[in-house]
Amino acid sequence: MDQGAAAGTGGTFISLSETEQRCYSGLHALCQPDGTGTPAAGKVAELFRASQLPADTLHQITEVCGAKRLGYFGCGQFYVALKLMAAAQAGLPVRLESVAGELPLPVFVGITRDPEMRYPTHPPTNESQPHIAGSAPRPPADRPVFRHPESSMDEQEAWSPPRSPPRSPSAYHSYPYSAQRNGTDALLAYDGKLSSRSSVSQENSSPSHYFVRLQPEPLPITQVSSVDYSDDPWRITEEQREYYTNQFKSLQPDLNALILGTTAKNFFTKSKLPIPELSHIWELSDVDKDGALTFSEFCIAFHLIVARKNSYVLPETLPPTLRPGYVDQGVTQSEELSSVDRQVTSRPGVNTCKQDTRDERRQSEFSPKRLPDASEKPIRRVSTLKPDSPQELDASMKSRTRPRSHSSTSIDDAMKKAEEPPTPPPRPQKTHSRASSLDLNKLFQQSGQASKSSWLPPPPALPPRPPATQIFSFRHGSNKNTQKAVQQPNFADFSRFREVQETSTPPQRPDLRGGLSTEDLAPPKTDPSAALQGHAPQKPVRRKLHPDSQSATPPSGTPSSAATLTKSTQRLPPKQKRAIQMAIRKNRETNAVLTRLNSELQQQLKVVHRERVTLESQLDLLRPVTSA
Amino acid sequence: MAVCIAVIAKENYPLYIRSVPTQGELKFHYTVHTSLDVVEEKISGVGKALADQRELYLGLLYPTEDYKVYGYVTNSKVKFVIVVDSSNTSLRDNEIRSMFRKLHNSFTDVMCNPFYNPGDQIQSKAFDSIVSAMMVQAC
Repeated sequence: MDQGAAAGTGGTFISLSETEQRCYSGLHALCQPDGTGTPAAGKVAELFRASQLPADTLHQITEVCGAKRLGYFGCGQFYVALKLMAAAQAGLPVRLESVAGELPLPVFVGITRDPEMRYPTHPPTNESQPHIAGSAPRPPADRPVFRHPESSMDEQEAWSPPRSPPRSPSAYHSYPYSAQRNGTDALLAYDGKLSSRSSVSQENSSPSHYFVRLQPEPLPITQVSSVDYSDDPWRITEEQREYYTNQFKSLQPDLNALILGTTAKNFFTKSKLPIPELSHIWELSDVDKDGALTFSEFCIAFHLIVARKNSYVLPETLPPTLRPGYVDQGVTQSEELSSVDRQVTSRPGVNTCKQDTRDERRQSEFSPKRLPDASEKPIRRVSTLKPDSPQELDASMKSRTRPRSHSSTSIDDAMKKAEEPPTPPPRPQKTHSRASSLDLNKLFQQSGQASKSSWLPPPPALPPRPPATQIFSFRHGSNKNTQKAVQQPNFADFSRFREVQETSTPPQRPDLRGGLSTEDLAPPKTDPSAALQGHAPQKPVRRKLHPDSQSATPPSGTPSSAATLTKSTQRLPPKQKRAIQMAIRKNRETNAVLTRLNSELQQQLKVVHRERVTLESQLDLLRPVTSA
Repeated sequence: MAVCIAVIAKENYPLYIRSVPTQGELKFHYTVHTSLDVVEEKISGVGKALADQRELYLGLLYPTEDYKVYGYVTNSKVKFVIVVDSSNTSLRDNEIRSMFRKLHNSFTDVMCNPFYNPGDQIQSKAFDSIVSAMMVQAC
């Protein structure tokens, strides 16, 4: 309603930010005793006087906003007048163009603010606004809101946007939000002409607060300089990006490849956020909706999780600084646009507005402003715009959904190929050595047990080894989950993963398992190893089914693996050496079993072949008889 | 503009039901439930037609004096049901189809979310917003 009124002013659409909306509606409430929606002239005049602008300026304002024409202050005129007053107080000329940009709130001295009146008016106005898009941009927009009340309360008396009761969770945020503003210069740029002294005073309040809050988090984000933080908690800083990159690499070494949904799910579940929130974060960050995360999507998701853990409310839509177009800076405008459009009914001006706002570095404020604008007019515009936007949405979504079918196979291949370079496929041989009691039936049973099968020790040289452990799953698409488990260290603890790799060298024997657990392995660590043991028994199963294809390779594989094993044994303590030798023996036994199996099956094949030949010859003999 | 939109799982329990005039919600639940019979009839009716030949959009399931019910079934037997007001005669078939297409797309987006377990109630806000956009503006 507010924007609509403002739009009615002379046909120019002057948009109000959320904070301004609140202020102005408050003022509006103050000035309208008769409740018809038109501020009483007397009260308006009082307000004008309170703004302490020179009289001719006030006259100018009245003229520009159109009240002179109308003879009274309509809703729209009132708001325009307020904006003009803000502009005038900021030193800008009283023109309609000057209110097109962002402005601080007008300052009124001597207005008796009635707190009780404020509160009833504001919750309704708050709720009336983006009722369709939900409280979509509210949290990001809260940031400017908080800045203003805290600054203005320093010097003015009651003029500040009221903190209505529903916003109490936001009040909780105000602390971290305000602590974010340690880049005072950024703040100054943001605020424009607003008196910086007040804002500076608030900024100095624990600039390190944000970092302090991050410390206890399991994510050790090293805070180097506060200057990196602009006024936007949704912006990813360099340290954060580096950290996310490392995490991404730990899940998926290739930066250009995708992380599958299950991987990401397991990884993010470690952050102990509730599942609906994680689901929401996923929806926000999976921009191309393919069920997997690219590097930039991963950064977005991670950043949102970090923010959530710091008790920031999650936005309904992706903040612009977090958008892939901004993050990557290589993505076209259209992609950002489509990601925005997906959330909100598009307006034709959104694209240009976004460009403007980006230039003005007020993205976080403007896009929330745009979103309530858009949501304000869904009824009128939805009929006209919806046929356009859904089609483009559908097209974009369809084009994006189509890669979905390919992504899984290619990602699997990409991921596993990336991990396996140093080792040949037969490497998985070693794992099921433990399971190789010669009885194949036992192999089946052992597939369910977690505590079996020797973990063939990776050498201390790490790089080849993770591929070794993960190659197993390369053979089995079904064991993807366990593979992901292997790939994930403790949430955010990359170094621990390395240490675990080395300590996991002792094979998983029941007696040694105690040793492992005492080494303070986290459960996920033991699980992947256990799961991989679970892998191993399955290998012989498959081998049995397809002996021809695969049994040829294992014999060649085991000698090489045995060779590497012997090499590694020299470097290990004797207890492990013994275990390793046991493992080698088991391997050899399995090898023998499989070769025998192979030969038997080859025999069978020959027999069947012969039978086939005889049958064919009989057929040939019979054919002339039948055809005759 | 739909009056009620429902997503029914393969086992014929609702994953998501939303109707606009909330006082008549029970009536819409009942309508959707009965329309499931018609859906079943349509998808199992043609014996020789294979699944990929079957049209996803089922069309008008049955009209009553108050409203019309349209159906759409996906290849995984998830059904979408839209109830529209009969008085809203301007809705053409193509518009209904496009509504179903949008529903299907947002449903696949929900499915893509690894935190969504198939068979759960759909709680996605994005899906909600799409559905709300399609519903009659009751205010």
